[in-house]
Amino acid sequence: MSDDELIWRIAGGSGDGIDSTSQNFAKALMRSGLDVFTHRHYPSRIRGGHTYVEIRAAGHEVQSRGDGYNFLLALGDSFARNPQEEAYYGNEELKPLSENLDDLREGGVIVYDEGLLTEDDVAELDLEEKAEENGWHVYPVDLRGLAKEHGREVMRNTAGVGVTAGLLEMDLEHIEDLMSDAMSGDVLESNLDILHEAYEMVGDEIEVEHDLRAPEGEHDAEQALLSGSNAIAYGAIDGGCRFIAGYPMTPWTDVFTILSQNFPKMGGVSEQVEDEIAAAALAVGASHAGAKAMSGSSGGGFALMSEPLGLAEMTETPLVLLESMRAGPSTGMPTKPEQGDLEFVLYTSQGDSSRVVFAPGSIEEAYEQTRLAFHIAWEYQIPTIIIYDQKLSGENTNVDVAFFDREPEPGLGSTLTEEELAEAAHDNSGKFKRFQHESENGVSPRSLPGQKGGRYLATGNEHSPVGHISEDPDNRVYQMDRRLQKLESIREELDEEHESNQAAFGDDDAEYGIITWGSSQGAVQEAVERLNEQGHAVKGLGVSDMMPFPEAEVTDFLESVDEAMVVEMNATAQFRGLIQKELGRFGEKMTSLLKYNGNPFEPAEIVEGYEVNLADEDREPTAQVRIEPAAGD
Amino acid sequence: MSAFNAIGEEREIDREEFTPGVEPQPTWCPGCGDFGVLKALKQALPEVGKTPEEVLTVTGIGCSGKLNSYLDTYGFHTIHGRSLPVARAAKLANPEVEVIAAGGDGDGYGIGGNHFIHTARENHDMTYIVFNNEIFGLTKGQTSPTSPKGHKSKTQPSGSAKSPLRPLSMSLNAGATYIARTAAVNPNQAKEIIKEAIEHDGFAHIDFLTQCPTWNKDARQYVPYIDVQESDDYDFDVHDREEAARMMRETEDVLNEGTVLTGRYYVDDESPSYSQEKKAVGEMPEQPVAERYFDEDAEWERSYDLLDRHV
Ligand SMILES: Cc1ncc(C[n+]2csc(CCOP(=O)(O)OP(=O)(O)O)c2C)c(N)n1
Ligand code: SF4
Repeated sequence: MSDDELIWRIAGGSGDGIDSTSQNFAKALMRSGLDVFTHRHYPSRIRGGHTYVEIRAAGHEVQSRGDGYNFLLALGDSFARNPQEEAYYGNEELKPLSENLDDLREGGVIVYDEGLLTEDDVAELDLEEKAEENGWHVYPVDLRGLAKEHGREVMRNTAGVGVTAGLLEMDLEHIEDLMSDAMSGDVLESNLDILHEAYEMVGDEIEVEHDLRAPEGEHDAEQALLSGSNAIAYGAIDGGCRFIAGYPMTPWTDVFTILSQNFPKMGGVSEQVEDEIAAAALAVGASHAGAKAMSGSSGGGFALMSEPLGLAEMTETPLVLLESMRAGPSTGMPTKPEQGDLEFVLYTSQGDSSRVVFAPGSIEEAYEQTRLAFHIAWEYQIPTIIIYDQKLSGENTNVDVAFFDREPEPGLGSTLTEEELAEAAHDNSGKFKRFQHESENGVSPRSLPGQKGGRYLATGNEHSPVGHISEDPDNRVYQMDRRLQKLESIREELDEEHESNQAAFGDDDAEYGIITWGSSQGAVQEAVERLNEQGHAVKGLGVSDMMPFPEAEVTDFLESVDEAMVVEMNATAQFRGLIQKELGRFGEKMTSLLKYNGNPFEPAEIVEGYEVNLADEDREPTAQVRIEPAAGD
Repeated sequence: MSAFNAIGEEREIDREEFTPGVEPQPTWCPGCGDFGVLKALKQALPEVGKTPEEVLTVTGIGCSGKLNSYLDTYGFHTIHGRSLPVARAAKLANPEVEVIAAGGDGDGYGIGGNHFIHTARENHDMTYIVFNNEIFGLTKGQTSPTSPKGHKSKTQPSGSAKSPLRPLSMSLNAGATYIARTAAVNPNQAKEIIKEAIEHDGFAHIDFLTQCPTWNKDARQYVPYIDVQESDDYDFDVHDREEAARMMRETEDVLNEGTVLTGRYYVDDESPSYSQEKKAVGEMPEQPVAERYFDEDAEWERSYDLLDRHV
């Protein structure tokens, strides 16, 4: 746990402006030269209900939320004071303070809003006692009163930021800039007044007793603050996507919203439709007619998409789908992350179906793999799925702007022009033999409706080379083999022409390996670094290619270690199962570290899992994680 | 040079161009009403000046869904009930393609009912032909959403307890701007109605009565029908929503009692189509999205410009 980092948690009611306030504060920290990483926790309620956002900021790279936090700004839940709501939810005013104390580190700082909480309320919590035990420094400040003086109560967020900046001895410059970008006129004036007044309270009225200060850092290149959803949306845009159809469902809605807002200025089309079957079917239709199209959803909505997914595969219509996981089964926990839909995404839809599945492990990978998903889908005429989760979707981190310094890739892949169609094979009635390959990779180039010389029938039934329904056994075997051939060709292309999608870290010679997939990667990476700093020899692998599976890379990794721990956020060890299915061995080498309580892994939990696992101690880890023994144990 | 030269091509078109070569021969039963739709379409398309390559026919699953296997245009034979979402997106991606969707009453009013309501509501510029034989044909004669109350089938052996759905009224309420009913036994009217539907700028819904001699021998569709436009008994203004609604109700009340009325029921030429509306609010570009990929001068705006950047 490094000391030179700030992990600032702002807690309040859902709908209290926690999100926008924290987003701006994160940007201010980034602009002051720090690396940042945000983590968002919220309940499935629109207004009220306890929510928090954490910002981790340090002068060095940060890959995860970290362990616990060291600064709490507890704003109180304004909606909890609505008497009507109180009848439903009980008094929740205290929650932003009471619910957050467990994770606050020793020596941490607490600022709470005196304007919302009476002394009696706070007395209930035994705050004084606890503070003494843990070396916390508690600053009650009347944020609400200050905000009210200058305008409206909602501005108490600004007051909170002002006090924070004062207590951490930060410069106000970046915060002021961001405020001026976002507001104007009277609103801006009053917010700036509040900010300054709150800032100056520190020293004047508030006596500083803690040591924590904002860390220092410097960037040598331009940075941007980016969420996983942003990264996916930008990857899609740069991959040439100009058509999206969807139906809202948390957390996939973020990408849907970003593209809907940006498409008008870039000549794209966005459609919100009646359900997810329609959404994916629209993407298929648009792609068939010549747009680079995408749809997506989260678990429940993706369930409805299995029909159009199969249709895309059978008709060889390029398609990109997103699956942003949340905890299941069924509607599960809508606002909580889980990596529980892996098997569902790999195998949903009838028959010997195949698709390409990428599971990005970081925000950069989310951008890159979405771009790649469009390339692969259009080149090979196969559905490509990006599987990610609520965690990756909502977290933000700073990325070098130069990272985006590359050309967009709008090409339609293996789609023919009319000149090429004139040369292509046709049957004697003049129909284009669209489903007949002449290449090695299984791909048969396609035509688009309205093109001269390209007439054919795309059909979801098994079909002949021109698309007529066919149950001819020879044709069936030919078409099936050709479609299945694509996955092998894609594996070859991924191995030969692209940088590996798998992220390797840690000590190359280590005999202990930690292997993970998707959004757990950041916490694993940090745990591996920490273990190595502590003198252990550990290496890690974050796998992104779920289908086609990177057999060689994972085999090499597992062969090189004596033992491996597979880290994933689900209860049934789905990824470990996939490794065993794909490689047919290593069962005896792999233990699982599983977490499925709705919260993502913290690095310390992985470190602890390693310790328990390696020491073969007969104890369970203390965190809410579970160890699943290796096969045969 | 445009990437879609078949679109808008002007030349003399022979209806035989819409017939695929020797294969495949229709597998419909002798006497099936589906032949009537196929024939009417083959006649209508050249008459409205459409070439096979600028037309995209999108079908569902059922005997009806095989329409585009026997009609030589660009085609997409989708899955059960999903022809409309596929079709309307193709139209949004390339509005210059002539899109015709088709399927059965089970396909379109049953499993695809939700899509039907929403496609009509949005008034997509396309034609939708529902082969209404009041039965599930391909799966061998189960009761369909348009089968009359009391209809006996293998799955409802005591007779269906449900009243049939009212496709015309449903369509009107949902927002379709051209609504007609025609019948396979009336080829001339069928052809004329299909032509009008194709030329209509908005969602044109044709409830096409097709007899299924194999599974639905009792259907009333063989009785003589009356053309509402030709008969003096049914004088009403097809542009008037109220009058159209009343006429639809009347027809739907008596359909299963031996009187079959066909013809146009509602025509709204005023309301803009969905793509016009979408363009008007800035949600859709003027140039078809599909064409842009072939346009060498196209500017592909970068995500880079959307980033909030700072050192
Ligand atoms: C999802 C799904 N459910 C069921 C079926 C089986 N099925 C095929 S056609 C059909 C009904 C066909 O009836 P209709 O749409 O009225 O068309 P018709 O055959 O009468 O032309 C059914 C239920 C299917 N193919 N897919
Ligand atoms: S089963 Fe009925 S609908 Fe199907 S082809 Fe035969 S007659 Fe036509």
